[in-house]
Amino acid sequence: MRGLVAMSGGVDSSVAAALMKDSGHEVVGVTLKLWSGPNGEAPTAGCCTVSDAEDARRVAAQLDIPYYVLDYTDDFKDGVVERFVTDYATGRTPNPCIECNRTVKFDRLLSRLDDFECEVLVTGHHARSLEVDGNWRLLRGRDTAKDQSYVLSMLTQKELARTRFPVGELTKNQVRAVAAGMGLRTALKPESMDICFVGSRDYRGFLREVAPEVFEPGIVVDTEGNVLSDHEGIAEFTIGQRRGLGVAVGEPRFVVDIQPATSTVVIGGLHDLEVFGVTLDQVTWTSGGAIDSEVMAQYRAHGEPVAASLTGSTLDFAEPQRAVAPGQTVAFYDGDVVLGGALIASTLH
Amino acid sequence: MIYLDHAATTPMRPGVWDAMAPFAAERFGNSSGLHDFSRRAKNALEEAREQIATLIGASPMEVVFTSGGTESDNLAIKGTVWNGSSRHGVVTIASEHEAILETVHMLDRFGNQVRIIGVDRLGRIELDELLESLDPATAVVSAMVVNNETGVIHDLALIAKAVKDRDPGVLVHTDAVQAFSSEHLDVGRLGVDLMTITGHKFGGPKGAGLLYVRQGTPLEPLIHGGGQELGRRSGTHDVAGAVGLAEAMHQAVADRDRFTREVGAIRDHFADRLSDIDGLVRNTPGEDVSSHHLNVRIPGVSNETLLVRLDRAGVAASAGSACQSGAAEVSHVLESMGLTAAEARESLRFSFGWNSTVEEADEAADTLVDLVGELR
Repeated sequence: MRGLVAMSGGVDSSVAAALMKDSGHEVVGVTLKLWSGPNGEAPTAGCCTVSDAEDARRVAAQLDIPYYVLDYTDDFKDGVVERFVTDYATGRTPNPCIECNRTVKFDRLLSRLDDFECEVLVTGHHARSLEVDGNWRLLRGRDTAKDQSYVLSMLTQKELARTRFPVGELTKNQVRAVAAGMGLRTALKPESMDICFVGSRDYRGFLREVAPEVFEPGIVVDTEGNVLSDHEGIAEFTIGQRRGLGVAVGEPRFVVDIQPATSTVVIGGLHDLEVFGVTLDQVTWTSGGAIDSEVMAQYRAHGEPVAASLTGSTLDFAEPQRAVAPGQTVAFYDGDVVLGGALIASTLH
Repeated sequence: MIYLDHAATTPMRPGVWDAMAPFAAERFGNSSGLHDFSRRAKNALEEAREQIATLIGASPMEVVFTSGGTESDNLAIKGTVWNGSSRHGVVTIASEHEAILETVHMLDRFGNQVRIIGVDRLGRIELDELLESLDPATAVVSAMVVNNETGVIHDLALIAKAVKDRDPGVLVHTDAVQAFSSEHLDVGRLGVDLMTITGHKFGGPKGAGLLYVRQGTPLEPLIHGGGQELGRRSGTHDVAGAVGLAEAMHQAVADRDRFTREVGAIRDHFADRLSDIDGLVRNTPGEDVSSHHLNVRIPGVSNETLLVRLDRAGVAASAGSACQSGAAEVSHVLESMGLTAAEARESLRFSFGWNSTVEEADEAADTLVDLVGELR
């Protein structure tokens, strides 16, 4: 088999490439060039900096595999960055890393497999996939603390059949040990936590720079509708936000709702954050077929899954949940098995 | 493996490394010193300078050794804009190399007057537009001899004369990096004040280049220090590099007629073989194209995919000038000629060099024809 390995320059994808090669497969490494700033400058933080590509290149050289940098800056800008801006401009909470997986990494790279004469795409995600009676299943990674199946919950049979996750069977420590054992330069490399195009600064600074037009002044109200102050734009706020609300009141206050049509931000107490369910958009099923049933739902990358029941495109939580926001991804599980995923369209209070 | 990316860099010509090696080893002296070690190094350096000067029709003191094309371009442009005269404007061409364009963009950010002239569909400079853009603030006009991506040749003698006729106070610089293998580059005939050359494009070492600076041309150095190169470029000399540069220039000049004829014939043969590919377009079909470049567009095939497949099949080519990441990005040169971004992403550059053979051209053409058939 010949595998196309998406190499970010981190330890996981380095080891993914090494393990594929070790098990006798032919391997081609690629790094996606996703973002250069408005003035063409390369990012210095996150998962796609120049030095990361350089690490990937060096690892590929050490493994003696062909390696290429592919230019996906246009797709990334159109599919991920503009979506990120639009989401904040419309009061949603985007997850650009999932959007990047969906629209660039999987969609684009899978469509290029033939170009590279490869049968499978290989990534360094901490997740497992296995074929049972001709059906592909997606499972949580062995290392539950590092599990990334949440960000893959939009994958279906079509993608899973042509994707491999070689590090999913390993814990992060085992991954590092493999890398160290092979002398890979990325063995001790820290994980990237930042959004690559935002960097280490606040996302608001990024928005002000690239899309100042989304900042339309509006008002901050309480749950009774009393006007408390004004604000410079709803893009400044996310659901659950506690700081920077511009109001001084005694008890803890949170952003509990954002109403883009009137540029209104609603703040309230902890109990006002409670959400009883959500409506869903872009629902996908790993098995290929829809499921109406009791599921465990996870709506944050490393959040605890919670019991919920799914009816059509409505998900009702067994217990009220806090800090659930439109734009976030929700993944459905049965134990370790990923059933599917969706985007949260709206919350039900 | 077949190497058809000589416009990016070339293998050294035979004897170049041997000429250089002693100065990396036993004759290691610093050319600026009073003892025997220094004298030997200095002698070799000045011999190289004299030899080079003769080969381009200059006098030795007009040759400034640099680290290569990019440094020479930077020195030519910034050095003349910052030379203390009242002129601080730059005029250049949209299809120039990044070493020029990024330099003028930087000057633009710092408030200098920058004018970038377009090219036509065949990559030719709009001379009237260039002349119209000159004004009393113009310090320097920069135009390349041979375009690195398309091979289009600009008539620098004509351009320099037209500029000087319009305003004798304007300096003319040319980036001749791609031209030395095939074009007769005599600074007197060209009528330029500044000319960039770098060794690795014609069988010399990387990291060794020069800027020709006509005597009396005021030039502010970019690198200050010990005052080497008459103060125009400080830093301990790379004697081995200078010796290798001179040797490669000597060989390239001696080989120029053969190169133009034979390498040109190999390139043409390769281009003919590609006519089996339906819809293939030569991006610069005009007469005024160098003997060793070929830029083609293959409709419906991504250049990135094709380059990857060629690489696997053992044929090295490129999409244009190399960027740091190695990603195949949209060529600004082709865009300046009016190609769409989509057309630029279907375009590839094959460039031939002193050791290219017709057998290699045949094999590469077979491979390319097969691959395009597979990918379509």
